[in-house]
Parts: sequence; C-alpha cells; structure tokens
Amino acid sequence: MPKDGSGLSLDGLGMPLWLVVELTYKCPLQCPWCSNPVDFNKYRNELSTEQWKSVLAEGRRLGSLQLGFTGGEPMLRKDLEELVAYADKIGYYTNLITSGVGLTPERLKALKKAGLKQVQLSIQACDSELNEKLVGLDVFDHKIAIARAIKAEGLPMVLNVPVSRYNIDHTAELIDLAADLKVEYVEFANLQYYNWALLNRSELIPTREQLVRSEAAVKAAREKLGNKLTIYFVVPDYFDTRPKACMNGWGSIHLTIAPDGTALPCQEARLIKGIEFPNVKEHSLEWIWKNSPGFNKFRGDGWMKEPCRSCDEREKDFGGCRCQAFLLTGDAANTDPVCSKSPHRHLIDEIVQRASAEDRSCGKPLTMRHHRTAHEPAGE
Amino acid sequence: MKPERHLSPSDAVELAPSFHFRWEEPQKAHVLLYPEGIVKLSETAAAILETCTGNPSIAQGTCELQDRYGRSDLGASVLEFLELAHAKGWIRVKS
Ligand SMILES: C[S@@+](CC[C@H](N)C(=O)[O-])C[C@H]1O[C@@H](n2cnc3c(N)ncnc32)[C@H](O)[C@@H]1O
Ligand code: SF4
Ligand code: SF4
Repeated sequence: MPKDGSGLSLDGLGMPLWLVVELTYKCPLQCPWCSNPVDFNKYRNELSTEQWKSVLAEGRRLGSLQLGFTGGEPMLRKDLEELVAYADKIGYYTNLITSGVGLTPERLKALKKAGLKQVQLSIQACDSELNEKLVGLDVFDHKIAIARAIKAEGLPMVLNVPVSRYNIDHTAELIDLAADLKVEYVEFANLQYYNWALLNRSELIPTREQLVRSEAAVKAAREKLGNKLTIYFVVPDYFDTRPKACMNGWGSIHLTIAPDGTALPCQEARLIKGIEFPNVKEHSLEWIWKNSPGFNKFRGDGWMKEPCRSCDEREKDFGGCRCQAFLLTGDAANTDPVCSKSPHRHLIDEIVQRASAEDRSCGKPLTMRHHRTAHEPAGE
Repeated sequence: MKPERHLSPSDAVELAPSFHFRWEEPQKAHVLLYPEGIVKLSETAAAILETCTGNPSIAQGTCELQDRYGRSDLGASVLEFLELAHAKGWIRVKS
C-alpha cells in the first residue's frame, strides 16, 4: 500500500494511478487480522490469466502506473511470473505483496527476470514462536531466508509488520531485524479493523501506553539509523482525532480488482452493503472507473453529510473511511467516527478505553482466518 | 531523509537505483516511479533531472539547459532543485 510521504497527495487527474490486483483470496496462513472478506470462501471463481492480462492492459490505457500483485497469497498463482512479465512489458512499476510462503529462490529469480521492481514482505514477529502463534504455521525461518534472498537479488524491499497488542512491544527488535536484513523500508502497519481484524478487535487492539512506547522506539531508531532505513509508522486511527485520508478519496486514484473480477475503490469496499460493485467480466474498466454508480457513489464531496459538509478540512481527509463509517455507524455516508467532530466518536473512545481496562490474561482466543471459521456465503 | 553532504556543480549525479523516469502519454508529463511512489514532474523539473543525470557533471547539465532555454543564470536554481531531489532520495552522487 502507498506509504505516508510517498508523494501521494498527488492529483491523479481522474486517473486510477494505483492498480491493485488481488489474484486470489486463498492463503496458507491464518492471520486473525486478515483484511480479506470473512466470507472469502464464497469467491472461488478467480479470473483466468487472459482475463487478468486484459485488466492490466485496460488499466494502462486509463493511466495506471503502479501495480500491486496481492491476495490472499499471490504466490499461489502459477501464472504470477507470466503476469509480472506482461505488466512490465506494458509499462507498469510492478510490486509484489506477499507473506513469502510459496516464494522460493527459483521463483524469485524468475520474477526478477520478468521485471519485478519491488517486494513487500510481511513479517509478524521477531521470533518463530510468536510468529507461528500469530499466523498459524511455522514459517518464520522461511520468511527470514526469503528476505535475504530478495536482498541478494538486489530488489528493493519493504518489510511490512501488521501491528497488534501481541507484537507492538517488540518495535525496537523488529527495527533491528529490518536493519540486519538490510531492507530499505520497514512499515509498521497498525491494524485497520475491518473483516477478520474487526472480528478479533478486542484481542488485537493495543493500549495507548503500548502505542506511546512504540512511537518512542521508532523515533529513537530514526535518530540512530538516519538514512540507512526508512521507517513508516501508520498511526492507528482509533487513537487519533482525525480520520485517515482514506484512499486519497473514493474513486480518486485507487482501483482494486478482487479475485473474482469485482472492481472496488478500495480492498475493503465490498463489506459496505447496498452498493453493487461492477465486475470486469461484464463491463469495460473504463466504464467501471468513469461511469459506474459504485465508483461515483462517494466521489467528490456532494454526498457528504454534516459535520463534514461544512467542514474546512474536507479536502484534507475526504471525511475519512467509508468502510469504517459503515461498519461502526451503519451508514457509509456518515463522517468517519474516528473524527472528534463526529457524533459517533464515543464509539471509538469506548473501544479504546475497553482495550486498556480489560484484563489481558482472560481474553477470548483469537479466531484464526480459516475456511472452517469463515462465514457462510450469505443467501447462496 | 537527510543527504550526507551538499551537492556541488562538479558532482556527477544519477537516478537512485529502483527509480524510473519516463514520459507518460496519458498524464502528458514526465513521471518518476519508485517503490510505492509516483511523482508527476513539472516540465522544468523533468528537464533538470534529464540533463543533469545525463551529463558527466551538474555544471555540464546546467550548460545544456542554459543553451536550450537561451539563459545564462540557471546555475543556482538548478542546484536548488537537485538538492531537493537529493534530499528526497531521487538522485545520488556517482562515485
Ligand atoms: C492481505 S495481505 C495479502 C498479501 C500477503 N498474504 C501478505 O500477508 O503479505 C496484504 C497486506 O496487508 C497487511 N494486512 C493484512 N490485514 C491487515 C489489517 N487488518 N490491517 C492492516 N494491514 C493488514 C498484510 O500484512 C500485508 O502486508
Ligand atoms: S494477511 Fe495473512 S491470512 Fe491474510 S492473506 Fe496475508 S498472509 Fe494470508
Ligand atoms: S468533520 Fe469530516 S471533513 Fe471535517 S475533519 Fe472530520 S472527517 Fe474530516
């Protein structure tokens, strides 16, 4: 995902500069915060190689420049190398977003040869025991080995750490690990509470004290390491008083294609009920981007309600995240409840307070992401 | 990011590895692509980057630009922009 300060406050001139393709929802890991839908099982008919290629070609014609291959686990697609080669040929800057599972030195070489420009590798802990507890499989040593292989290939790399109460106290150690692996960037992605993460929110959310300590560790490391390592720290929005400028605005520069071909303004948007999102099997990408009701629903600021409608900060944060507004207030057109001006802010305050008050030792177990725990496909 | 030192006109600079600079027809502009980032460059910014990374020194790049625009006073603003690009990690000094 685009990082803070990555030059993203950029006017896309109405073009989908960032194209994200979720090649599959399948994944061997079981992260209990996974941002994939809780009923991911329902979407089994993935696009074919040829269908993905035509999406990529159409995206380029609409002005897309950055391309992210993600999932689920994109390494599960046997045609990944072919898709990367095609994307590179038609001019994308190609990024692979992976847990590293399924990535081998051989496939890495093939991907590099195909023109891959960058890898984002997720890592959840700095020891194998905790990592296994968090993702359900013993893959830590493989992740470290593959991180070294990525650097040996000379590919730039982001180490992505999804941050929860379980690993936030290891911020300094995780930075040391990143420095030791000689990656260019490490990103502390404080969890966003949608889908699986929302299901497990009370068990995952850190306390304010943990967060303050973690930020201090980042600050100290920045001073110590200077230029050697860029540390991104995505502040968890629940602890903030203003929402994130989600997606740089709905339908502004981001376009996601889900495994089944559904086109979305952001990876989580299909959780908003009542919007029908168009599918690339039925419509051209151009119509989807420019004309479909789904993409126009929250474009600009005509849809806004108070307090956003008359707020002079609306061009800065676009009223926050539509998914969060829907999940927490029941109406996607409401102000993101994270905003201190929102009449629903008390909902967030209560969650944060509960996180600090709860007795950590008697929490309920994490619900791991698994097809057995997945929600039944609704109405099918 | 703070660069280690200031640039001087005798330095040779190049695009940082993993940065791509090119013309984009849909945007009708030069863009810089890098891990997780896109920058759309103004015409002047693109011209400075192109000439200064394409010449043996910043000074020679500046001469080429001055010839192109029929000016003789661009040295300071070229260096100023390159300092910015250097600070952002877009370019590095060739060793
Ligand atoms: C959904 S994963 C797909 C790619 C791959 N399976 C992986 O985990 O790296 C994409 C990225 O989102 C991150 N992620 C997953 N759930 C998240 C959440 N609830 N909040 C923030 N980041 C999350 C992962 O760590 C990963 O970097
Ligand atoms: S976040 Fe975890 S479970 Fe979800 S796709 Fe990535 S590795 Fe798999
Ligand atoms: S009221 Fe709306 S526009 Fe104003 S700061 Fe809050 S979320 Fe942003």
